[in-house]
Amino acid sequence: MFLINCPFCGERDQSEFSSGGEAHIVRPKQPTELSDDEWAEYLFMRKNIKGIQFERWNHVHGCRKWFNVVRDTSNDKILSVYKMGEKPPVNYK
Amino acid sequence: MPNYRIHKTEYIDETKRVSFKYDGKTYFGYEGDTLASALLANGIHLVGRSFKYHRPRGIVSCGAEEPNAICQIGSKKDLTEPNVRATELELYEGLEASSQNCWPNVKFDIGGINNFISPLIPAGFYYKTFMWPKSFWKKVYEPLIRLSAGLGKSPTEPDPDIYDHKYVHYDVLVIGGGVSGIIAAKMAAKNNFKTLLVDDKKILGGSTIYQNNESIKIDDKLSSEWLKNEIQEIKKLSNLSIKTRTSIAAYHGYNFLLAKENLTDHLPEEKKENKIRQRLWKIRAKKVVIATGSIERPLVFNNNDRPGILLSNSINKYLDYYGVTCGENIILFTNNDSAYETSISLHKKGIKNIIVDLRKSASSELIKQAESLGIKIYFNHVVTNTFGYRKINSLEIMKLSEDGNTTVGNKIKLSCDCLGMSGGWTPMVHMHTQSGGKLDFRDEDQVFLPKENSEDQISVGSCNGDFDLENIIDKTVNKINKFLDIDNQDYQDTNIICSKENDKRNIWLLPNKIPLGKTKCFIDFQNDSTAKDIKLALKEGFRSIEHVKRYTTTGMATDQGKLSNMHALGIIADTAGVKMGTLGTTTFRPPFTPLTFGTLVGRNVGKFFEVVRKTSMHEWHVKNNAEFENVGQWKRPWYYPKNGENMHDAVQRESKAARDSAGILDASTLGKIDIQGSDASEFLNRVYTNAWSKLAIGKCRYGLMLNEDGMVYDDGVTTRISENHYLMTTTTGGAANVLSKLEDYLQTEWPELDVYLTSVTDHYSTASICGPNSKKILNKLFPNLDLSDENFPHMSFKEDKLENINCRIMRISFTGEQSYEINIESKYGHSLWKMCIEAGKEFNLTPYGTETMHLLRAEKGFIIVGQDTDGTMTPSDLQMDWIVSKKKFDFIGKRSLYRSDTVREDRKQLVGLLTDDPKEILEEGAQIVSNVKSKPIDMLGHVTSSYFSPNLNKSIALAVVRSGKTMKGQKLIIPMENKNINVTVSDTIFLDKENKRLNA
Ligand SMILES: [Zn+2]
Repeated sequence: MFLINCPFCGERDQSEFSSGGEAHIVRPKQPTELSDDEWAEYLFMRKNIKGIQFERWNHVHGCRKWFNVVRDTSNDKILSVYKMGEKPPVNYK
Repeated sequence: MPNYRIHKTEYIDETKRVSFKYDGKTYFGYEGDTLASALLANGIHLVGRSFKYHRPRGIVSCGAEEPNAICQIGSKKDLTEPNVRATELELYEGLEASSQNCWPNVKFDIGGINNFISPLIPAGFYYKTFMWPKSFWKKVYEPLIRLSAGLGKSPTEPDPDIYDHKYVHYDVLVIGGGVSGIIAAKMAAKNNFKTLLVDDKKILGGSTIYQNNESIKIDDKLSSEWLKNEIQEIKKLSNLSIKTRTSIAAYHGYNFLLAKENLTDHLPEEKKENKIRQRLWKIRAKKVVIATGSIERPLVFNNNDRPGILLSNSINKYLDYYGVTCGENIILFTNNDSAYETSISLHKKGIKNIIVDLRKSASSELIKQAESLGIKIYFNHVVTNTFGYRKINSLEIMKLSEDGNTTVGNKIKLSCDCLGMSGGWTPMVHMHTQSGGKLDFRDEDQVFLPKENSEDQISVGSCNGDFDLENIIDKTVNKINKFLDIDNQDYQDTNIICSKENDKRNIWLLPNKIPLGKTKCFIDFQNDSTAKDIKLALKEGFRSIEHVKRYTTTGMATDQGKLSNMHALGIIADTAGVKMGTLGTTTFRPPFTPLTFGTLVGRNVGKFFEVVRKTSMHEWHVKNNAEFENVGQWKRPWYYPKNGENMHDAVQRESKAARDSAGILDASTLGKIDIQGSDASEFLNRVYTNAWSKLAIGKCRYGLMLNEDGMVYDDGVTTRISENHYLMTTTTGGAANVLSKLEDYLQTEWPELDVYLTSVTDHYSTASICGPNSKKILNKLFPNLDLSDENFPHMSFKEDKLENINCRIMRISFTGEQSYEINIESKYGHSLWKMCIEAGKEFNLTPYGTETMHLLRAEKGFIIVGQDTDGTMTPSDLQMDWIVSKKKFDFIGKRSLYRSDTVREDRKQLVGLLTDDPKEILEEGAQIVSNVKSKPIDMLGHVTSSYFSPNLNKSIALAVVRSGKTMKGQKLIIPMENKNINVTVSDTIFLDKENKRLNA
């Protein structure tokens, strides 16, 4: 059970949060310009890696804010949290 | 009656005699006993039958690792518990226990025959035998296995006990109250860490607390005396909480641990009443110290499972802690020094004993002490066989060859009534591995140890492979100082004398002249697997430890292989000729010892099992005999039976009344989201398929929401309250998800939009009145409101007051009738409802439930998201192309509507179905085909909604059918179990296609 440091509320139990999958996938600004393949790439393709992963989490039973998390999936350690719109910390590229 | 209680100890209160029943017979013990120690005091070793061969089995250990002494406690239908370890169960007045794994009784049972046919029950027996024929499984094999295995009985009635949950936060959690745990807790608490120390036993002290050997001393005191003093010290520390009778069940990531505290299991019946039985502690600790100790290993030799064969250290504990000797003529069989402590203790109490030691020689102080006491020691000898059916009565030993691979010389037969085994010690690394820690293998004494200690978790003491007292104390002190970044000097000058040494001669499977196939060298006592089974599995090609484990069932019983896993691994490594450390171990999974469901569930039973949401009108529905339907967490009236009506009759009456005169529905559960902000219109444009910018203030519009994959996600009516203020309604079940989805887009994709979302579902109660007389009823309630179609047309909104209370009234319709939804602040919902009912009396205003609502909307062909759709339907599949804006640049899911898959002509599409026999009602979910003769039958789709319409006097249905759009008028077949039903594809709208009734 993670202890997640919500950027707005501080450390809270994982049960207050819901996970929203891979972070930094930007919805295309002009979907109509995209081919089926390009749209499918945005719509369906997600990474599932062993190692450092960028994820979206929502403090759904708290402040309801979405934010980003850097997590090492090999040991579940959360390395960093940062707000939506902020750039991922460079040391975890 | 024999009495094996041979001396007094401070842990047994001989002034408090306790009577208990075991297998129907009454015995006596004392306060302080466990069930196991009390049985042994009465000379009872035989406590069960083995799982597969039904061999007699006795008490083996004194703790959580016990594989044999598994009991059924109590016999009441609601208060009986299986799989309780007699070694952990504290004795109390009136305790009733029975041996579990034997039918009809422990001394004579039918399954014992398996012992003689055991050559027929090899590893994988169940997989090989009970596979074929298939029909035999349910009727023959399973009942047979269940009957003869009899792994305890579950209670058949609800558990009347009270269980509790509690969350706590600590700086430091110390697991285990032995010598290292006590030192760690003291150091932490004295240095301002808020500390919790838990131990599964009744008292602290671990195995040191009954240590009384003169050659093991701390500060010139017996180690037990020294430790008692330490315990007194730590009890004074204000920073330290101590929880005894508390065991850690699971160690999850981020130092989140579950502990079970036993509160009343040791109390007599009358003192248990109305008290919390067990509490589940949910612990978050910044740092965790694991000090769980180690357990002694058995030895693997022929017939090592007879009653009277125990772990050597357990014999010592029964003697020095409980005052009970396990026999009068004891043999200790060992490969290391620790059995000598037991031997000396027994000798001092006048119990005759001899030692058989695998080692060629040994010379520690402890051994010299034994020798000087005149205890006979057979070095370099091995036990090759044991005898005695219900209890051991003798054994044979032989000399070991130089390399230890075979036996040499002649058999020596020794008589005994008890045998102690000591195969060395296995560190309890369960907590470390549960937390995600890795293990290392130490070759010299063949143990797995915690590989690394992270910054927030550490193992100390014998669970970390430090076995002698000097090592334990020194290392623990150093490690804790470093771990907590403190400089505690309390143990700086502690003087420790420990004459035990660590050398041992490890042989996993002991040699024997008898071929292995003819021996019974048990590895897993509870699941009855032998060395032979392991070897057979290897011979049959199994290599992975996880596979061997499952194939032979080694380590898969309720003790999870606490005594057997290491031996299984060792024999696999030896047989396969690989190093044991390279094999890895099986996974240790929580719980460490079995937990009752009650503990896990806590207070969430009965009406607290699940959250229930009720509308403000709920009481009225109950009073008026509504049957309820669960919709998400909501209780919604399903229908209101009158005068003994069944559901069908009630729904027919309600549906007819709503169209003939007036009906009223509690619509409070519909999700309501308040949307405000200067970009609210733009936001709606992006989330719904249709256009919203031009919706006038005071008007309502139906919207369809898609997922980004183009599939219908939710629908509902949204009202423009003012320029920058909308009220969105969602489906009852979808409300929370819709809000989450909208928040997601708003916060992450479109943060530039000035929009605020608030869930107001619970803020308003809603009464929906429909039918030709609805306007008249509204007029009575709101006499000042101009209800004319010109002033208040369909799809518009007005505000008015009902006795000074503000109401929002939407003229919208889900039934096709003229219809008004009155919204009022929740607390007035009940009054509003009653006023509506009162005003509607003269118009036969009929309350209707969800079933009638579904029927009425189906007559009009309105979809229900989640019933007529299933996450694979696009608006076009639903024949709702009209609601998809062609002009809008973008909205959620737009691009997906012309992916190659979504534009296929042969997708499943929504159609209406009419049965050839108008009285025939289709079953929802029924398959639809065009030809029943072809094989395999081509499935075209299925029925999604089906009703008998009292207003049309015929059966109607909605269905999704492949290429259904082009099939109007076509005949199809619904094949049912005993008949085929003929149907014709129709339009989805069955009633009032021209929408005349909306303004009637
Ligand atoms: Zn938060």
